[in-house]
Amino acid sequence: MDMIWEYLKAFLVGGLFCAIGQVLIDYTKLTPARILVSYVVAGVILGGIGVYKPLVDFAGAGATVPLTGFGYLLSKGVATAVDQHGLLGAMTGGFTAAAAGITAAILFGLLVALIFKPGDKS
Amino acid sequence: MTQNSGQPSPQEYSKMTEKYSKNTKSYKTIPKAFLIGGLICVIGQVLLNLYAMAGFDEESAGMMTSITLVFCAALLTGLKVYDNIAKHAGAGTLVPITGFANSVVSPALEFKAEGFVLGLGAKMFIIAGPVIVYGIVASVVYGVIYYFIGLFL
Amino acid sequence: MSKKLSANTIDLLNRPTIVQSAAVGGKKEGEGPLGSYFDIINEDSLFGEDTWEKAESTMQKTVVNKALEKANLKSTDMDFIFAGDLLNQCIGSSYGLRDLDIPFIGLYGACSTMAESLTMASIFADNGLANYAMAVTSSHFCTAERQFRFPLEYGGQRTPTAQWTATASGAAIVAPNGDGPFVKSVTIGKIRDFGITDVNNMGAAMAPAAYYTIKTHLEDTATQPSDYDLILTGDLGQVGTDLLIDLLMRDNIDISKQHNDCGLLLYDLEKQDVHAGGSGCGCSASTLCGYILPKMRQGKLNNILFIATGALMSTTSVQQNQSIPGIAHCLNISTQR
Repeated sequence: MDMIWEYLKAFLVGGLFCAIGQVLIDYTKLTPARILVSYVVAGVILGGIGVYKPLVDFAGAGATVPLTGFGYLLSKGVATAVDQHGLLGAMTGGFTAAAAGITAAILFGLLVALIFKPGDKS
Repeated sequence: MTQNSGQPSPQEYSKMTEKYSKNTKSYKTIPKAFLIGGLICVIGQVLLNLYAMAGFDEESAGMMTSITLVFCAALLTGLKVYDNIAKHAGAGTLVPITGFANSVVSPALEFKAEGFVLGLGAKMFIIAGPVIVYGIVASVVYGVIYYFIGLFL
Repeated sequence: MSKKLSANTIDLLNRPTIVQSAAVGGKKEGEGPLGSYFDIINEDSLFGEDTWEKAESTMQKTVVNKALEKANLKSTDMDFIFAGDLLNQCIGSSYGLRDLDIPFIGLYGACSTMAESLTMASIFADNGLANYAMAVTSSHFCTAERQFRFPLEYGGQRTPTAQWTATASGAAIVAPNGDGPFVKSVTIGKIRDFGITDVNNMGAAMAPAAYYTIKTHLEDTATQPSDYDLILTGDLGQVGTDLLIDLLMRDNIDISKQHNDCGLLLYDLEKQDVHAGGSGCGCSASTLCGYILPKMRQGKLNNILFIATGALMSTTSVQQNQSIPGIAHCLNISTQR
């Protein structure tokens, strides 16, 4: 039962983040790139003021998989790095925390681009 | 001579345009985004639990989940499946990290025709670049604030 | 000889003839309502090439050769070729036509290029400057997407007002004399900008130009909409069509009975998921050259206005938040001299 509740929380919170994104697409004519930027920056801010962590504790992947979670990860990484290295940490923490996601995107991006051919849309 | 008797002002024309432009069927798009986006997060939660069971600590399990989702999105982009799901899902496939992966992989694949360096390499981040630029800058600003708050507390 | 009737309109007194025309399309266009009217449908959107840009060039070369073949002419019979497309520096045309050895004039009128090139070819033929002049344009969904919008594999959602760039090409051969259809007069439009900034609503950006050109043509030639069997705009789509009819109604000009739009004819809007309709140079070019002109030759249509419309922005002007200027040129094509 706990397991189902856990997945339901992830579904509802993650779905809500996406639904908000769709509202922005439908009603503000924001381009996708702008929405992604807003989400990541919002994640950094919400992480910074301490609002996002409780949400991650509550919803798990429902809060970490949307790009706000990526922003939260950046803020968390920076805070940890500043604790360890002082002000220098502000320069290193973000990329350190984001390394896995960005490197994966670059690596798999390159591999997919090498293997596949571009195709027409239907 | 052509008279501009019926010609509307830009404000009027903007109103006319609105009248004839169909609105997005939000009663369809928003539930679909919710459903598919939520589902991607559930897959993330499944992965997270699997990696935790496999003995990864919390942080590593989170990273592995991200890497796996990015891999799946990259593969689906190469197979031309991702854009067909996205056509229906909208923000549901844009907002999760899989959308970030798709925005990196799709230009890399598309602009391969212009060469491996100036095409694939240079254009990989034409969509996702700003996300990293503003994400990182925001994190630096936060880091500096966090540092100075730490000094005074 | 041509005679200037007014600021915009030229009367082509010798009535040059469109002796032959041809249309080539892609898979989606073949599946549309006009599919059977294309001379060639290529199921492979790459046209056997390895890039989309090469594919578009090959498509344009194919349509030129098809038109020549149908007219029993050789490329050396052509005195001039007027060509254009949507790609930066019009490479679709210049690379597609470079081996043909025909004096070449490259044009850019965005999606209005078919009217622009056919106007030029007709004026040259009318004034005895060419025994044969050809007009050709093309557009390709994939080249347009990657140049103007997103990579093809990118997961984006189209708005309901967005239009679908046709993978199609059309070519027409004009001669000073012949049995018709005849180009009787042409109206060169002025750039019109009513302040539309939404790149996903091209129809709205182009409708003011079509409105201006149609109104001017009717006034300059002292004709009524009812004098024509068909008033055919290029690629206004659903939104632009509604706006055009509304704009003209404000001046008490009712074209609703005669009007149709190539962007609405080329696809089944609902079934083929093209939202507000088709667009691109190839949309109006293939509809005119593959569907309308043959109908005129068969006597099923006698007197038409063809008004191709173009949106004259670039990705740079859009990113700098400039509004989208529109252009439209009009040709009166008739089976009667």
